[in-house]
Amino acid sequence: MASHLFCGRVNLNILREAARKDLREFLDKCSGSKAIVWDEYLTGPFGLIAQYSLLKEHEVEKMFTLKGGRIPSAAVKNIVFFVRPRLELMDIIAENVASEDKLKPREFHILFVPRRSLLCEQRLKEKGVLNSFTNIDEYILDLIPYDGDLLSMESESSFRVRQSLNECYLENDQTSLYHAAKGLMTLQALYGTIPQIFAFHVANMMLRMKREFAGSHTQILPVFDTLLLLDRNVDLLTPLATQLTYEGLIDEIYGITNGYVKLPPEKFAQKKQGEGGKDLPTEPKKLQLNSAEELYAEIRDKNFNAVGAALSKKAKIISAAFEERHNAKTVGEIKQFVSQLPHMQAARGSLANHTSIAELIKDITISEDFFDSLTVEQEFMTGVDTDKVSTYIEDCIAQKDPLIKILRLVCMQSVCNNGLKQKVLDYYKKEILQTYGYKHILTLKNLEKVGLLKPQSTMRNNYPTIRKTLKLWMEDANEQNPNDISYVYSGYAPLSVRLTQVLARPGWRSIEEVLKILPGPHFEERQQVPTGLHKKRQPGENRTTLVFFLGGVTYAEIAALRFLSHMEDSGTEYIIATTKLINGTSWIKSLMDNPEENLP
Amino acid sequence: AHLDLKKIELYEMGWNLKDGLRECLVAAAPYGGPIALLKGHYRRSPSARPQLEIYSSSGLPLASFPWKSGVVKQLGWTVSDDLLCVQEDGTVLVYDLWGGFKRHFSMGNEVSQSQVLETKIFHSPYGTGVAILTGALRFTLATNIDDIKLRRLPEVPGLQEAPSCWAVLTQDRQSKVLVANGSQLFILDNTACTPVTPPGLSPQASSIVHMCVSFSYKYLALLTDSGHVWMGTSNLKEKLSEVDTKIKTPPKQMAWCRRPKSQQPSAVVMWDGLLIVVGECKETIQYHLDDDSVLVPELDGVRIISGTHHELLQEVPGACEEIFKIASMAPGALLLEAHKEYEKESQKADEYLREIKEQSLLSEAVRQCVEAAGHEHEPETQKTLLRAASFGKCFLSNFPPEQFVSMCRDLRVLNAVRDYTVGIPLTHTQFKQMTVQVLIDRLVYRKLYPLAIEVCRYLKTPEYQGVSRVLKHWACYKVQQKEESDEVIAKAVSVKLADAAGISYSEIATKAYESGRTELAIKLLEFEPRSGEQVPLLLKMKKSPLALSKAIESGDTDLVYTVVMYLKNELNRGDFFMMLRNQPVALSLYKQFCKHQEQDTLKDLFNQDDDHEELGNFYVKASYKDQRLEARVALLQSAVDEYYKAKNDFSAKTTEDEMRLLRFQRKLEEEKDEQLVGFSLQDTMTTLLSVGLHKHAEQLYKDFRVPDKRFWWLKLKALAEKEDWEELEKFGKTKKSPIGYLPFVEVCIKHHNKYEAKKYVSKVTPEQKVKAHLAVGDMEGAAEAAIERRNESEISTVLSRCSATTDHLLMERLNRAKATAVKK
Repeated sequence: MASHLFCGRVNLNILREAARKDLREFLDKCSGSKAIVWDEYLTGPFGLIAQYSLLKEHEVEKMFTLKGGRIPSAAVKNIVFFVRPRLELMDIIAENVASEDKLKPREFHILFVPRRSLLCEQRLKEKGVLNSFTNIDEYILDLIPYDGDLLSMESESSFRVRQSLNECYLENDQTSLYHAAKGLMTLQALYGTIPQIFAFHVANMMLRMKREFAGSHTQILPVFDTLLLLDRNVDLLTPLATQLTYEGLIDEIYGITNGYVKLPPEKFAQKKQGEGGKDLPTEPKKLQLNSAEELYAEIRDKNFNAVGAALSKKAKIISAAFEERHNAKTVGEIKQFVSQLPHMQAARGSLANHTSIAELIKDITISEDFFDSLTVEQEFMTGVDTDKVSTYIEDCIAQKDPLIKILRLVCMQSVCNNGLKQKVLDYYKKEILQTYGYKHILTLKNLEKVGLLKPQSTMRNNYPTIRKTLKLWMEDANEQNPNDISYVYSGYAPLSVRLTQVLARPGWRSIEEVLKILPGPHFEERQQVPTGLHKKRQPGENRTTLVFFLGGVTYAEIAALRFLSHMEDSGTEYIIATTKLINGTSWIKSLMDNPEENLP
Repeated sequence: AHLDLKKIELYEMGWNLKDGLRECLVAAAPYGGPIALLKGHYRRSPSARPQLEIYSSSGLPLASFPWKSGVVKQLGWTVSDDLLCVQEDGTVLVYDLWGGFKRHFSMGNEVSQSQVLETKIFHSPYGTGVAILTGALRFTLATNIDDIKLRRLPEVPGLQEAPSCWAVLTQDRQSKVLVANGSQLFILDNTACTPVTPPGLSPQASSIVHMCVSFSYKYLALLTDSGHVWMGTSNLKEKLSEVDTKIKTPPKQMAWCRRPKSQQPSAVVMWDGLLIVVGECKETIQYHLDDDSVLVPELDGVRIISGTHHELLQEVPGACEEIFKIASMAPGALLLEAHKEYEKESQKADEYLREIKEQSLLSEAVRQCVEAAGHEHEPETQKTLLRAASFGKCFLSNFPPEQFVSMCRDLRVLNAVRDYTVGIPLTHTQFKQMTVQVLIDRLVYRKLYPLAIEVCRYLKTPEYQGVSRVLKHWACYKVQQKEESDEVIAKAVSVKLADAAGISYSEIATKAYESGRTELAIKLLEFEPRSGEQVPLLLKMKKSPLALSKAIESGDTDLVYTVVMYLKNELNRGDFFMMLRNQPVALSLYKQFCKHQEQDTLKDLFNQDDDHEELGNFYVKASYKDQRLEARVALLQSAVDEYYKAKNDFSAKTTEDEMRLLRFQRKLEEEKDEQLVGFSLQDTMTTLLSVGLHKHAEQLYKDFRVPDKRFWWLKLKALAEKEDWEELEKFGKTKKSPIGYLPFVEVCIKHHNKYEAKKYVSKVTPEQKVKAHLAVGDMEGAAEAAIERRNESEISTVLSRCSATTDHLLMERLNRAKATAVKK
């Protein structure tokens, strides 16, 4: 069921099991049959923790979506609300409760995810329904295991539609940092105190954690040696670049949500003989993507240009395996062949799926548009013509290409030039407003507020220094057999991951100059580990580092970190945690402000 | 089956009671707990008030005060060492063991009206309970005094006067009452009164005069008026034994005296001056009592408290019997002997050892000695046994040390708490049952903080469950000491608690606040490392500014909101805003709240801060909420004003542009009946061109200074869309195209008009010629252009598009040209 969580160096299934146990305990608290009323946003993250079967075992008979008015009738004893702590939702719940049939009252319960909120309870009290609830509880779901080496909060950050970083910088709201700190507490309760912490830009969170940890020493042998907290603000460039790994491209083009992707169905039509393609399915094809699938685990982090070769190699192996049946002579041999059949058939199905996906993606990557856009990105990243208006961007605006594409490129140019000349910036802004509409003025302001767009200050452009010192651009990136993380962007080595790599070896002291240029101070902190719990490392045993991306991480960055883990002499294995899985498009989208939305 | 008993003297009582326990109402808590006496209780003279006294098990005074409340029917102790005094009117008063009044509660109207006749205090897994028999001969029950749910039990049929005896049972997770009315026996539960018959009860009895239930509620003993003691299981399914005491007068008290896992039942019956123990065999064991005494049933025996002495009566534990029985050949006995000889340096030691080893019973011998040591009260005996065990261990390899080590530790702790000055005479069995946690609690209740800390440290209890917890209790006690100043106490607390982990200072501060010391509470809160913990108390103490900054420090947004909302209701608007102004984090959170909940307040906040930029944004947003154009334009004008004030010329100018565009759109909508309002400039121009309003489009292009390139793209596409080829051609000739002519070719092709496309091929720049020719499918032309330019990659591109069957000649030419291009 959750086999993909076991495979990593750290057994993240412990976390999932702990979450499942809490859920079962809460459900059993509301004894008798029950219906769950869902805050729709939560169904995705919950799917990663528990399937419907678990709920059913604990007498959940019906599920509804939270909406105004009366809850649909259901012959159950309990109504349980699973909600985020948001005032709007409290108003809906109050309405639900107030319109409940007085003759056949049911018991009400609330489960707040990820945390209980006094403010919300106050609101329920004002609405006069607080006493109608038998149980009010919280379900601490901070870090959800996505894969054997990947945790994401997907919680409050995205619960608030906006993401942590953006909200934090845009609205000065530290909620998500607080939740991240709490999430780390939960993690340390299960996996032991992390002895060494490095952090970039998130000083106050560090201090907060230190205080929270005081006095809550766990008696568990530390699983992680080091924690690295990276604020997205330190590396604004990477998410803007188009990811070129297989998984990265799937996310860029189709978007992966809660481990699932929806794909156009045409390529997946079952071709039955004699029928032709008469009844093409119209429903999008939904596929789960994680490392439980052997083939996907193999190719997800490859540069897309190396995926074709990998797929055809796999195809040969599989058909060779099927050929084996001709060699099977004895009953014993045939029996063995048959016993492997299910596994082989699964592999063949998986191969067919990924061949289709790869074809879909290839249609896009070979297009001129994709090529041109990538060329411009790479020019920016290598510092070509970043100080003047780009003809390509101009043309794209004239063609009214998707606004997000334009914003990604303009922001990228700004970041790679440490700000744009006022004239250039104003020109772009005016072009955007005239073409896409004045309403985007607020979006542009948001981008400026978080620093993605900015006018050039008197300071000189220091991006080239960073690029050179950290070797962010590798001319001869090897896409087929990579020897450096830069393969994930076919040349560009993500800044965030480079920092992580340097930290492990030779250490940050070697790049003091660059650290001074990067935004925000950096810290090192040690946490007391009870004597007797100090890890005795075997010679040759790798260190384990938890890299926590505050404000989101891309699949390409994850691929780069996995590459580092697997490098023969790296000496460090990485587990990745984040507030949200992002790509350039979803990231920019989260910063957009459309005043036409939410109109009455 | 012979019953072996031993009676150990625990203490010579430290109290000095003139009349012994005569005329005293006595309650002693199990597990060696405190003893409460209500002296002069039976005297009932209106002039002399009874005196309530509390002592430790060794008779050291803990509290003493005159009883000023109503008539007490019963005293009893709770599981957390609180004293319960049940009054005649059904009120229960709760005191701590220092005689401090804690609270009181009532057992209900029915009880207070018909008065309390008899009452029993009992313990169950759910806590401490109270059962009352009222004057109306009905039972009322509360299973847990900390969560009182009163239950009135059903009526007992035929009950005319007080029952001869009754007891509380816990069965099937429910508390029930067992009542004897003459020879009839009933079980009362929530819903029913069921008659029951003890199996094999001697028929000569006409009445059950006394009953008692064992510590575990598993066994029941009944005493009949014929002097027989019936013993059986409390579910009345099985009889264990029946013994004739030959005494027919009603006893004072009866109790079970059976250790867990014992082979046989045993109960103690007490009359004036006489104690009889009954077991399985017909013979009884009798003890003479000098003095008025009280029996205190324990898990593994009975304590007997008299005016001068405190004794423990219990069945001799198996291990002790094996070892100390005369001429015992048990392995433990032999080991003890071997060790004695060894100390005497006699070779007999070896002989004994050999004997044990030959039977391979050495590890059994060690275990017996360790176990027996646990049951012994005399430290000397304990030591002898443990030394023997240790000696035996030397001859064993791989003997697990845990049992021995933990027994040594346990005994050390037990000896310390059994000490006369502490007075908690726990047996090892009781200690294991009650756990270290509870023992530490008991020590804390007695304010024996240093001892409690020593015990925690010695037993290596995790700090937050052990030392830290004790220190917290100490601090909570300390802050109530009225005679010391705030500074002194705060200092003392912080010094003592400094390096203890996991201390909740807010709990201590709450205690201080409750005892009326707000200043001290604030001082103590300063030590609380988790700011979030400080907030609720600060709010309670009405220290809202401090609460706000602490909430912000905690980083818990919800907490900040809570304080902000509290302040909003508490303060007037001006003060509220002022306070927010000094707390930027709270202010921005509140702004976010307002963004969703209170738009108008948001505006006021921006105004207060002279935040013109945000005010501008606010008006922009508001402008989209209004349907009427005039209102929208007016709001945008406000935005423009604010943007100018904010010195944001770009925003101001673009907003002015938008207003201009809106007016233009509206005007045209009215004139031409074409929907335009709300479109971007680009879309407006596109729409105008598509409906043929070229002039108007041109006007916008000029007015808004649209870059040529974009306008040309726009017009090109719009005309092609309309398939207005004539107009397109005219447009193409107006001046030199700023976007070149390749787009013309491509757009025409896109609209499947090769004929028109060809018109522009000649105008394309040399660099784009090949592409243009290819676009219109002119292979010859493309080849020509490529060869002319001698560009290798272009030649290759053309080659790749050639078809081997039709363009054979062309390919030859191209290949030749390519060869020369490469050479160059």
